[in-house]
Amino acid sequence: MDNKQYDSIPKEKFTLIHHGEKISDKKFEDKPIGYFKDALIRFKKNKASVIAFWIILGIVAFAFLSPILITNHDSTFMCNMYSKKPARIASLSNLKLFDGGVDTKSNESGYIKMLAIGMGAADTDGSGVTLEEGLNSPYSPMIEIGEPYEQVVSKTKSTTYYPFRVDAYLREGFVYRSIEQAEYEKIKAWENETGLQVLYPVIDNNEWTMDPEDANYWYKTNEKGQPVKVSASGDATLIKYSDNLVLEDNYMRDADGNVMFYTYAGGGNHESAQYRVRVLYYNYYQYLYGSTPDYIMGTDSQGYDLALRIASGIKLSLMISICVSVINFIIGAIWGAIAGYYGGTVDILMERFTDILSGVPFIVVATLFVIHLSTKVGAIGCLLFAYILTGWIGTSSRVRTQFYRFKNQEYVMAARTLGAKDSRIIWKHIFPNTLGTIITSVALVIPSTILSESNLSFLGIIKLNTSSYISLGNLLADASGIWTNYPHLMIYPALFISLLMISFNLFGNGLRDAFNPSLRGTEE
Amino acid sequence: MKMAKYVLKRLVLMFFVLFVITTTCFMLVRILPRPIPEYKNLQEIIYARWDALGYNEPLLVQYGIYLKNIFTSWDFGTSWYINVNVPAWDLLTDRLLPTVLVNLYSLIISIPIGIGLGVYAAIKKNKWQDTVISTAVMIFISVPAYVYAFLVQYFLYFKFNLLPLQVYSLADAGGSWFTWKMFKSMIAPVLALSFGQIAGLCRYTRAELTETLTSDYMLLARTKGLTRSQATSRHALKNAMVPILPMIISTFIGVLSGSFVIEQIFSIPGVGQLYLTSIRLFDYDVFMMDSIFYTFISLLAGIAVDISYGFIDPRIRMGE
Repeated sequence: MDNKQYDSIPKEKFTLIHHGEKISDKKFEDKPIGYFKDALIRFKKNKASVIAFWIILGIVAFAFLSPILITNHDSTFMCNMYSKKPARIASLSNLKLFDGGVDTKSNESGYIKMLAIGMGAADTDGSGVTLEEGLNSPYSPMIEIGEPYEQVVSKTKSTTYYPFRVDAYLREGFVYRSIEQAEYEKIKAWENETGLQVLYPVIDNNEWTMDPEDANYWYKTNEKGQPVKVSASGDATLIKYSDNLVLEDNYMRDADGNVMFYTYAGGGNHESAQYRVRVLYYNYYQYLYGSTPDYIMGTDSQGYDLALRIASGIKLSLMISICVSVINFIIGAIWGAIAGYYGGTVDILMERFTDILSGVPFIVVATLFVIHLSTKVGAIGCLLFAYILTGWIGTSSRVRTQFYRFKNQEYVMAARTLGAKDSRIIWKHIFPNTLGTIITSVALVIPSTILSESNLSFLGIIKLNTSSYISLGNLLADASGIWTNYPHLMIYPALFISLLMISFNLFGNGLRDAFNPSLRGTEE
Repeated sequence: MKMAKYVLKRLVLMFFVLFVITTTCFMLVRILPRPIPEYKNLQEIIYARWDALGYNEPLLVQYGIYLKNIFTSWDFGTSWYINVNVPAWDLLTDRLLPTVLVNLYSLIISIPIGIGLGVYAAIKKNKWQDTVISTAVMIFISVPAYVYAFLVQYFLYFKFNLLPLQVYSLADAGGSWFTWKMFKSMIAPVLALSFGQIAGLCRYTRAELTETLTSDYMLLARTKGLTRSQATSRHALKNAMVPILPMIISTFIGVLSGSFVIEQIFSIPGVGQLYLTSIRLFDYDVFMMDSIFYTFISLLAGIAVDISYGFIDPRIRMGE
């Protein structure tokens, strides 16, 4: 109807669009999306893989930054007095996770011994102390005290147990140390400067001393370690636990009745004389290392900072696995390219060779390398050799398959007709097509290497355990016999290795899906 | 006929590979220094035996003697340190049963659960059930075996105190590997082994089944009037099983080699532990035989997978 009026539009009303423009080779207005760009876009859509990627970055950051950020000592720092201790941070000790506490229970004499540490620390000069002063002392190891209960141990006997939560660091209490006189003066000076007391009265070695090596028995005890009160005539009566517990000290005193802070342990002249002193270890630690013992994940079975050990384990795992995947990538690419490109007899020979290599179980290869080479190239070197000997086979077979797919395509024939050399055809024309699959396999080699490395060190086939580095597997192996008493030794390394494995697997799977052209468009 | 020829070809190739690996392994092991066992009263027997095994001959002669002993009297050498003067082969066969039992129990648990979960996840693809299962599978596949072992130990033994902690010897368990007490003591390692296997099977099944569920013949099956469950069980599942069954078969063969980590943690007197002990004590004859054993098993598993494809799926013809 209305259309009719367009029948006769005058000619001059028309103008030519694109008049004079060159439109044949016009550039795309948006950026072209290549293979890798497309993969990146599709990878970003995969939420789990992106999260995994950030977790990996977080773990790597932890591994490299933890020596700077979370502690004030380096990773080779070790204090064997504080070994196997749970996490403790002095400033966060209100939180149960970081109070260094261990839930335990004890009979009466053990309970009193624990209480006595706080009391001994509060009693700075042997003038006597009450239980309450002891409990209020900052060095009292008691965190929480539960209700005592009776437990039947045999038909006729029952024992009272006192459950309590105790600070594993303060529990060490006092220890004896032999120091030179100069050191003694230094400690004295440090005490004056900081107001913290390190040196405590030494204990007399008499019939009321149960164990002359145990510096925590500062009170008089019988031979069973139970506290006693000694009358003037020398009769001992047992002291029972009560709320107003008072212990009778057993300090060594001079003629004037003052407590002594050292005894001569030997040595001749003024400088070399050895003093035997009794130190409160918690403060002695601060004197030695300049800070309170803060360990965000506790200490390992030898007394290293567990967080730093884990960090160095992660570094080691990452270093080994990245080295392995890069070297395997190179060897596998070259081997697979040659076998796939030339085919025929070359291919058959090379395939038989890989058949033989891949038939050897990895654990046998690793063992033989360790037996033969560990003295020459070290444990890490052995491990690298073992992984590289058989690890490249997977990559090479993938590259080979890709080469079989692409080598007879038209563009390859065209390149050959134009006189391109074999090496140019292999690396410039065909190889880029295989990159996607290889990158995926490289990304998945990393978690499997981490896993088998930790397995091997866990089994003790390879020993990656020195003061400067340790494998996560070794940490777990150290924990395996004792972790029921010290669960943090197992929980933290296991947590980190699980997290590392999960995130690398997710990341690798995300890459695989992103690089797989056949999955393109199926997600929508 | 072609099938038989193919199998024969693969077997010949396998023995060739085995021979090459054995030779290399033998040379590498025999050039190692050999500590002399310190048993005064056995010294003469040991030296006589060492002479018979050719320890003082050149390497190639030693290898000749070694092969001759294997082929004529099935003699893989002698253990000097783990058990004194016991044939290495006896040591291995003694330890085979515990390994096989633990792994077999774990397979019996994990195959139905793994495949069942996989099928369920595939049917509910992209629904919340699938998401839950797939996430769990991802986690369970990634977490290393020793972590499961620790968790199982913690929950079963210390938290709930459910199982007997250990069996001290075969006699302690009633003199047989098949008593109830022995079975109970095996539950923990079996569980620890199963998590990973269930997750692996589940992931594989899900992947295969989702692929077959979207194929054209499924559409045809539905069009001709089958219900969804009929079509799934009769067509999709059957086809999905083609790659799954060989995987199970190879796992069954792999059962023989066991799991080192689990055997170590739970102190199972199995083949894996024998291997580790032989390295620790430098018992090279046992180590050598265990290596051959592992190599043989892994080669056999590879062949079994390839051949089983031909038996399971009539469309696949081998050797053509």
